[in-house]
Amino acid sequence: MSEVLLGVHSLSVRADGGQRILRDVSFDLAPGEVHGLVGESGAGKSTLVKVILGILPRSMVRTGGNVVYCGRDLFTLPAPAFRALLGSEIALIPQDPLTALNPGRRIDAQLTDGFRLKQRLSWRDAEARAVTLLEEVHIREPRRVMRSYPHELSGGMRQRVLIAAAFALDPKLIIADEPTTALDVTVQKQILRLIHGMQERHRTALVFVTHDLGVVAQICDTTSVMYMGKVMEQGPTERLLAAPRHPYTTALIAANPRHDRPESGLKPIPAAVIAAMRAEIAAGDANG
Amino acid sequence: MAVITLFGVAVVVFCLLRVVPGDPVAMMVGPAASAADIAALRAHYGLDGPLPLQFLTWLKAALVGDFGTSITRHQSVLSILGAYLPATIELAFSALLVAILLGGATAVVATLLRQHRTSAAIDALNGVFLALPDFIWALILVLAFGVAVPLLPLTGRIDPSIDVPFATNFLLMESIITGRFAVAGNIAAHMAMPTLALALPLAAVIARVLRQALNEAMVQDYVLLARIKGMSELRLILHEALRNAVGPTLALTGVQATFLIGGTVVVERIFAYPGIGNLAIEAVINRDFPLIQGLVLMFGLIFILINIAVDLTVVALNPRLRHV
Ligand SMILES: Nc1ncnc2c1ncn2[C@@H]1O[C@H](COP(=O)(O)OP(=O)(O)OP(=O)(O)O)[C@@H](O)[C@H]1O
Ligand SMILES: [Mg+2]
Repeated sequence: MSEVLLGVHSLSVRADGGQRILRDVSFDLAPGEVHGLVGESGAGKSTLVKVILGILPRSMVRTGGNVVYCGRDLFTLPAPAFRALLGSEIALIPQDPLTALNPGRRIDAQLTDGFRLKQRLSWRDAEARAVTLLEEVHIREPRRVMRSYPHELSGGMRQRVLIAAAFALDPKLIIADEPTTALDVTVQKQILRLIHGMQERHRTALVFVTHDLGVVAQICDTTSVMYMGKVMEQGPTERLLAAPRHPYTTALIAANPRHDRPESGLKPIPAAVIAAMRAEIAAGDANG
Repeated sequence: MAVITLFGVAVVVFCLLRVVPGDPVAMMVGPAASAADIAALRAHYGLDGPLPLQFLTWLKAALVGDFGTSITRHQSVLSILGAYLPATIELAFSALLVAILLGGATAVVATLLRQHRTSAAIDALNGVFLALPDFIWALILVLAFGVAVPLLPLTGRIDPSIDVPFATNFLLMESIITGRFAVAGNIAAHMAMPTLALALPLAAVIARVLRQALNEAMVQDYVLLARIKGMSELRLILHEALRNAVGPTLALTGVQATFLIGGTVVVERIFAYPGIGNLAIEAVINRDFPLIQGLVLMFGLIFILINIAVDLTVVALNPRLRHV
């Protein structure tokens, strides 16, 4: 990999009780590329996202490692400089569109925040830009939506608004933490296609968190498979899915329900795989 | 609904006044009056005949806006209320404003410092303020700024030596609007202590409830997302959290605003401030039945108006309720 936009190096996080939440996590992301973070619930995917964005809850502490964005160590950056990056260069598409919009502010206010605060545009100019954005995420009647409050919009609409907000200032990096899991199955595919299309058009680098290997296959260039806060396997997505090297990846692929027949259900991960993996993690903990 | 409430208040007060000891007419005429004189006076003030009949007579007149004549002041109750109410309105509004600003600022600062040790100190101090009622504050203020460091006038509404004509009884408002700022300053100085005494307990309640509501709002997803848009902490509080915290705070503290009106009775008395609270105590001491009756209805009406105003504001502040 020639150029690195985001470098995560040996990141470790513990809960204040001492339990390890992230174990020595590393990955690199090139400009315009998509990196997938896959893993079961509790694998630490959201925690990883939070460390990168500097919003780790007070009940957790970073015990090692760093995150380098465009050659700058994010953890040593002064707070104002970090705030300047957020929104304009780094943005988030959240998991739950129902709670991520402020119920007391109209869409126009929330969508123009970035233009007004970061780019110092006038309200009129910011509004015009926001309408264009809403058209780009395929919202019909963008002017009506602009004047709406979040509760007047459906979940899918709200997620479109949040995607528009994330792309507003043309950031170089967007982090999407399971952006479709809170939505109806029918809407999920549209939203996924929308994010993928926007990402390609804007050449935005994307960290995409998901449970779903099918989604990873569709949009991720490289992928990390996580379990208990540890990266079990990492590599180009095509290779990783075609020729998995870690038994857990193999088991995950086998367990994944087929996209065309979700009712076939999840196959459980074999107990032997889990036991071996836990032993591997325990050995790593003892060494580290 | 409001009409039924007011009617109930009128009936209860009417009956209570007639059963408590003390005869206004006897107090008025003194021991030398003849029985016939007393009877004539009773008839004049609507105090003769059986109780239900007395009430009906009063009600009939009240419905057309005639609340009778004050026994001690010999003026119509309505004109007395009209003369005293503006002073209380100015006092109550000032107190409300001060309480909102003080309580709001305290809550915002405490939220800003919530991860800091000083935040606990603010909470502790606020607890003290919560525990002290308005009349205690009145006494503390009198001792502090009236006696120890005599900065502020102790009693009254305006310096008696100031001799300017007023078109209304809204002295403070009128002075400000007409640009007589020296007079306005003098009135404000007179109002400072009673205003603070009324405002501080309410400010403490507002501070605590708003702080709680802000704390809840600050951990919501939308605040987290706004933080990731790069907003400063103060902006997060003022622009993201506050608008969602004001509604619940108002719903919980609206009742306290009526306590503030009740508080004017004692506080106005302490500072000899010429409002309807002070008037009410005087009326009770004199057993001025028509005046008391009118005053109680007036207080009832104010309480009802406050409750309606609070309800309307809560709805206006919540976009989810606004359109239905
Ligand atoms: N505030 C917290 N304090 C301590 N431990 C936490 C906290 N939040 C989460 N954890 C723990 O950290 C681990 C990782 O949680 P995280 O939310 O990062 O997982 P995830 O991979 O995002 O899961 P999901 O797919 O369900 O979103 C879990 O074991 C969880 O119990
Ligand atoms: Mg998660």
